[in-house]
Amino acid sequence: MNERIEVTSDRDVVRVRQLVRTLAVAVKLSLVDQTKLVTAASELARNTLVYGGGGSVEVSPAENGRRKGIRIVFADNGPGIADLDLAFTDGYTTGGGLGLGLSGARRLVDEFDIVTAVGEGTTITVTKWCR
Amino acid sequence: MTLSVDEAARFAALLEENQDALVAAWTEQVAATLRGRLSQAELQRQTAELRRGFQQALAGAARDLSGESTAELRAQLAELSASRARQGFSATETAVSVFALKEAVLGVLGDYSSDAATLKDYVAFSSFVDQAALFTFDSYVRVREELIADQTEQLLELSTPVVKLWEGVVAVPLVGTLDSARAQVVMERLLQTLVDTGSPYAIIDITGVPAVDTQVAQHILKTVVAARLMGADCIISGIRPQIAQTIVALGIEFGDIATKSSLADALRYVLAQTGRKAR
Repeated sequence: MNERIEVTSDRDVVRVRQLVRTLAVAVKLSLVDQTKLVTAASELARNTLVYGGGGSVEVSPAENGRRKGIRIVFADNGPGIADLDLAFTDGYTTGGGLGLGLSGARRLVDEFDIVTAVGEGTTITVTKWCR
Repeated sequence: MTLSVDEAARFAALLEENQDALVAAWTEQVAATLRGRLSQAELQRQTAELRRGFQQALAGAARDLSGESTAELRAQLAELSASRARQGFSATETAVSVFALKEAVLGVLGDYSSDAATLKDYVAFSSFVDQAALFTFDSYVRVREELIADQTEQLLELSTPVVKLWEGVVAVPLVGTLDSARAQVVMERLLQTLVDTGSPYAIIDITGVPAVDTQVAQHILKTVVAARLMGADCIISGIRPQIAQTIVALGIEFGDIATKSSLADALRYVLAQTGRKAR
């Protein structure tokens, strides 16, 4: 039951948040983990929108034999990230935000994978497991 | 398939000659779908008007719905969909008011003949009615979108109250998603209330905000800084355990801004600051 949302406006970011929360409740993530995952999804979906120029978010349940969890894939065809180390530096931003979204989101989830190429776009996959 | 001038004229005549039977059959059809939510008299009036609109459009040799001769009919259809949309009818219930004309006309035609020429005429007429129904549907959607936009605006106004909590203390209970538009409204309201009441303290309560991400935090921080510039101290309250942990993980720092877990704590803190006792 993969759910996919095209992110083209702020309203879609809200929809992503609601969807992630619904699924997080369904796999019985704790309240703290729900909030962390929803917040990470909010950050990354907004990055997809603001820096990637829009894209798609796919939310699906995950399982690794012992534990259940939620996996979210954020994909865009935007400009990509030239300097990943810089992008992950706390407080660095090119868009006037706090500069904590990308690095903060990585700290909020259990698994974080980023694939990016300049001119080709960015795909970020995050997973949060039930404890 | 578009109406030929001859066909249009024939149907104009048909609509004129059989007007009573048509309106009766038409009204009955519509009434069956709307299940008594509009009075029979009201529906009768609407269908009678629509019949006149169609009749005049066809008499004016209208071949499709875009011409000059159908301007009147289009206005009628737009008005009908607007009133249906406002009264909370569904799209189907709105479109049926137009579609039902086809069946009513077929009923009248049945008395005439069932030859191939009539059938051909009817198909052309039918496509004209379809256009009218599609136009109605478009108008309906447009009106509904306007309604939603209006409601969003009203919600924005309603959902950001600034309340006076104590002498010299105002509070903003935030509920729901804090996007840029709302943050702007909140900030303006708060700053204006600070001026109006001369309050030196403002409490921003985020108990009702489901998730605090960097954007929300940034909006709150900006509001606090703006309030400070006006000489007011801000306290952020309603920070629940899960929000606190998320804020720490994100790396957001509220610096020297006082934060409390509940609105009551925040008020107690302010009263202590001012040397007053809560009685």
